[in-house]
Amino acid sequence: MSTAHLSLELVGKTFTRGFATTEVLKDIDLKVGKGEFISIIGHSGCGKSTLLNIIAGLTDATTGVVLLDGAVVDAPGPDRAVVFQNHSLLPWLTVYDNVRLAVDKVFGATRSRAERHDWTLHNLELVQMGHACDKRPSEVSGGMKQRVGIARALAMEPKVLLLDEPFGALDALTRAHLQDSVMAIHQRLGNTVVMITHDVDEAVLLSDRIVMMTNGPSARIGEILEVALERPRQRLDLAADPVYLRCRQAVLKFLYERHRYVEAA
Amino acid sequence: MSLPALDDAPRPVRPRGPATVLALPVRSVPLLRARIVPLLQGAAARIVPPLVVLALIVAAWQFLCSGPTSSLPAPTQVLNDSWELITDPFFDRGGLDKGLFWHLLASLERVIEGYAIAAVVGIGLGMLIGQSRLAMRGLDPIFQVLRTVPPLAWLPLSLAAFRDGEPSAIFVIFITAVWPVVINTAVGIRNIPQDYQNVARVLRLNAFEYATKIMVPAAAPYIFTGLKIGIGLSWLAIVAAEMLIGGTGIGFFIWDAWNSSLISDIIVALIYVGLVGFLLDRLVALIGSIVTRGTSNS
Repeated sequence: MSTAHLSLELVGKTFTRGFATTEVLKDIDLKVGKGEFISIIGHSGCGKSTLLNIIAGLTDATTGVVLLDGAVVDAPGPDRAVVFQNHSLLPWLTVYDNVRLAVDKVFGATRSRAERHDWTLHNLELVQMGHACDKRPSEVSGGMKQRVGIARALAMEPKVLLLDEPFGALDALTRAHLQDSVMAIHQRLGNTVVMITHDVDEAVLLSDRIVMMTNGPSARIGEILEVALERPRQRLDLAADPVYLRCRQAVLKFLYERHRYVEAA
Repeated sequence: MSLPALDDAPRPVRPRGPATVLALPVRSVPLLRARIVPLLQGAAARIVPPLVVLALIVAAWQFLCSGPTSSLPAPTQVLNDSWELITDPFFDRGGLDKGLFWHLLASLERVIEGYAIAAVVGIGLGMLIGQSRLAMRGLDPIFQVLRTVPPLAWLPLSLAAFRDGEPSAIFVIFITAVWPVVINTAVGIRNIPQDYQNVARVLRLNAFEYATKIMVPAAAPYIFTGLKIGIGLSWLAIVAAEMLIGGTGIGFFIWDAWNSSLISDIIVALIYVGLVGFLLDRLVALIGSIVTRGTSNS
């Protein structure tokens, strides 16, 4: 992997308000290969969401540069689809229309109306939401909304799928179910995924590599952990797997021993 | 668990006869009790209290105004004096001698025209100052001053400008209704959640797509709040404006009745004005709830 698919080169972010400046991120250097599943984990306030927004192009980096296939990222675009934490579906559109809006926008010029319709349905089927096409977001559960959010992102055929704490607002059972879905979709489509999370088990279960952030301000990448677990992974089998447990412990150690979240103590 | 239920199966088949028919009335009576009676009770609970209060008010009015020295007519006298006006709103004997329906219609026409212009201009201006910080800085202070000018203060100026009563009345309605629409639309657009804007940016929606797919639907509840306030203010202003410009309309009717000392007619007209204003308010609210049914946050 001489040239990375997605590459963050010495990315830093400083917020300025009046005369007060806060350095949130400092010298973030990260190379992500094609098809890789990366988790970024850290305590709240460490700037991991800011980092995702920089990759998405929603926020500009103060220093450094983000390269996707060698091209500089300086604006948001459908090649870096985001699944937002609170789903961000448009409540006045049906489930189908929410996905269709993205499909029409991205493939309006290249695919026929019928193809776009089929592609919309295909992606909703992929997240098992084909049955709720005509429902509005307010009429389906939180987990279902997030499924639709994932379908909308997948339907853009992004080069990189960005997940911003996608399961944070869900209950434990729904979360496990959706994690399995995301794993299955990643297995099937081979997307490149960057996921923000604060859930250690989620990070170990889903990721190829876990990027651990130090506490802010001036958060950096503290450590990168390779998760050498075979895919497909089974949640139940992993519970007693020594590699899984070692990874889990390494992340926990990092978060709670070496970079304890001081304010929460 | 009671498994032996299966042993009951080979029972002699009972002859099919009226027995099955008899079962129906037994089921329909609880249906009436269970469904219709609570429905009626619910309706009664909402209709009875206002009727009781209304009866009390009318009784008090009758009591206070039945003395020989009373300056205002009692309800019974209103019925006596204005029976034709109450029972036949549609008569038209030419000139100004018309039923209340025709006067209300003339007022409504003016309100609809002025209000329609106010809605279009108000939503447009509201979008402009909601979207553009520069436009907001430039226009908002001026709007904040202008919106406090009482509607009738505009009337002489508009009479001077238009040299005619009709467009002046419409202008007064417009200038009355436009401010709440402008301000609420602007607030609605400024309050569009960052999430929706991020979605629009990731999808790279252009300005037109952003306006139609995100901005208008997201701001619709606010826009309708403005429209609802606007229609109420329009109806408040039209009566006063018509008293001054004359001709037709419910405001003129009331003023004319005052000049002819027909106090009972004024009371009847007031009741009609109130009812029409209430209906207008409900109409806009109904349209709003239909249009914005999907926009509430979930």
